[in-house]
Amino acid sequence: MRNLFAFISGALFGGGLFISGMTDTAKVQGWLDVFGDWDPTLAFVMGGAMIPMAIAWWFTQGRKPALGGDFPERPEPRIGRNLVVGSVLFGMGWGLVGLCPGPSLASLTYGGPGHWLFVAAMIAGMLAAVPLRRMLPAT
Amino acid sequence: MIEQDWIWGFVGGLVIGTAGAVYLLVNGRIMGASGILGGLVDGSGMRTMWERIAFIAGVILAPIPLYPLYKEVDTHITGNLLAIVAAGLLVGIGTRLANGCTSGHGVCGMSRLSLRGIVATVFYILAGGLTMVVFKHVLGVI
Repeated sequence: MRNLFAFISGALFGGGLFISGMTDTAKVQGWLDVFGDWDPTLAFVMGGAMIPMAIAWWFTQGRKPALGGDFPERPEPRIGRNLVVGSVLFGMGWGLVGLCPGPSLASLTYGGPGHWLFVAAMIAGMLAAVPLRRMLPAT
Repeated sequence: MIEQDWIWGFVGGLVIGTAGAVYLLVNGRIMGASGILGGLVDGSGMRTMWERIAFIAGVILAPIPLYPLYKEVDTHITGNLLAIVAAGLLVGIGTRLANGCTSGHGVCGMSRLSLRGIVATVFYILAGGLTMVVFKHVLGVI
């Protein structure tokens, strides 16, 4: 059951990324490029995604997940070096090619070999992050 | 067919948010693409391996029946292989250090007004914008 709903959620995510145009690297780079021919699409995608998500967070109050367990606790509002350094590195890669993790997976069936190369490099980066995390403590 | 990109963007955004809502309300988890994949890659999330694999399978397979909806499926990815490898490494390392990406920190974090989500989003957008300035307008390589 958990796997079925994970698949449904993943399919909605991948389908939403596809129809929103967020797997088009030109649209993502166009949004980041405020000094070029600015493309506002990403802001509408983010805005649209916030609406059901905000309702969902509100709905979690005093309830439990439908399939049991507990909702994720709110993390402590601690801004560590890893959060800032990691986000800056991520942003650099995001700007350089116009792909982030979700869209890089959603576009694998139609994006061509460049997307496979990106995902392979991203997986290598995720492995490289394991020792780096220990060197850069959360506080 | 709807021509305006922002309408497609907004509708797609609603679907993405619904995906996050399902994952949260049914499975009780935060829908973060880098975390779901990263937990499989480094082995830290093996306890929920099948849930992660099912989610990723959904992400990869869902666009296939939707191809006819879109006027073009060209992703305009650069042909610069060095840039692709560098960007992939940066995205992989960065999202795992920061514990989240556009979906986890951006969509899921900001919608609950999480300070960490908002700070992460500000930094990756600034870094992305600055990268565009340097590599496109100064160096002219992308």
